[in-house]
Amino acid sequence: MNGKKRDRKWNPYLAGALAGLLAIGSAYATTKVMGRTAYFASTAAYVRAAAVIEQRILPGRVEKKEAFKKAKTKDDWQLMLVCGIFLGALAAALTGGAFEWEGVPPMWHKRFGPSEVKRSIGGFLGGVVAMFGARLADGCPVGHGLSGVMQLSVAGLATTVCFFAGGLMVASGLHMKDNFND
Amino acid sequence: MTEQILGLVTGILFGFLLQKGGVLRFDRQVGALTFKDMTLVKFMFSAVMVGSVGLQLLAEAGAVTVSHTAMNVGATVAGGLLFGMGWAVAGLCPGTAVGALGEGRWHALFVIAGMLVGAALYAEAYPTLKITVLTWKDYGRMTLPQLLKLSPWLCIAALWGVGIVTFVWCEFKRV
Repeated sequence: MNGKKRDRKWNPYLAGALAGLLAIGSAYATTKVMGRTAYFASTAAYVRAAAVIEQRILPGRVEKKEAFKKAKTKDDWQLMLVCGIFLGALAAALTGGAFEWEGVPPMWHKRFGPSEVKRSIGGFLGGVVAMFGARLADGCPVGHGLSGVMQLSVAGLATTVCFFAGGLMVASGLHMKDNFND
Repeated sequence: MTEQILGLVTGILFGFLLQKGGVLRFDRQVGALTFKDMTLVKFMFSAVMVGSVGLQLLAEAGAVTVSHTAMNVGATVAGGLLFGMGWAVAGLCPGTAVGALGEGRWHALFVIAGMLVGAALYAEAYPTLKITVLTWKDYGRMTLPQLLKLSPWLCIAALWGVGIVTFVWCEFKRV
C-alpha cells in the first residue's frame, strides 16, 4: 500500500513509545545538566537560521525585529536537536536500507505528475505558509503536538487539533479523488 | 559545550526513531491527513501516551519544570490552521523536513528553504500581528487539569483512552 519498495520500518507504536521514553529521559537529563527542562521543539532553530541568513543578505535589519529576539531563538540545545534529527535520520536510513534519493514523493506524483520543479515550488510555498503559521501558533507538531500534549498543555492540545483540522481541509481537497480511485 | 552535545545526542536518537517509525515521508504525513496511512498518528499518540506518564511522575518528584506556551486564541486558531494548510501541501513539518533530507528526500530542501522564508516573513509581520490577531484573547499558560480542575492522572487516563480508541479504529480499518 505504501509503494513497491518496502523499507524495514519498525512498528510505529514501538518507535513512538521509544520517542516518548526519550522525551522523558531528555527532560530529566536537561534539568540535571542545564538547570532547566528542555522539551523537543523545532521552529526555534529555523528562526535562528533565518536570522543568520537575513543578517548576511540585508545586514542591520535583524536587530530591529522583535520576533527575532525572543529568548528561545538563542537556545543552543534546540538548534543542536534539529541538527541531530538530520544525522539520526541519515544514520537510520543508511543502516536500514531506506535511504533513497527522491525528488517527487509517490503521492504527489500521482496527483500532480512527475515534475520535480512543480514539487519543489509546491514544497517551498507550503513551507512558507506552514512556518508562518507555526510561528504564529508558537510551535510545530513537535513542540505542540508532542511536547505540549505530553505536558497536557491546553495550548498544545488545541493547536494540535488546529494543525490537523487545517491539514485535513487542504489535503482532502487535494487528494480526495485518489480516495475514490483506490 | 555540554548543552550543545546533549542537544545533538538527543536529536540523533530522536531522528533515528522518526526514521525507523517511518514518519519522515511525504506520503505518511499527507496519508495521515487523508486517513489513508495513520503511521504518523500511531507514532505521535504512542509518544505522548508514554511521555505524559513519565513527565507527570517527574513533575510530581520536582525533577522537571513545566515549559509550554500560553493559550492565545488568535495564535492557536489562526496559526494552527495556517500551519495545517501549508503542511498539507509541503507534506513535511519543520522537524520531519530535516529528517526527510537525511533520508535522501531532496525535495525537502525546498520545504526547508520555504520555512526559513516563512520565519523571516513572520518577523516582518510580527509588529502588526502583535496588535491584531495576538490580542484576541489570551488565557495564559494553562494545563488541562488546571482548566478542568481535575487530577492530572484522570486527564492522562483520558488521553490513553482516546489513543487506544484511535489505535483500534486504525487497526480495524487497516490504515
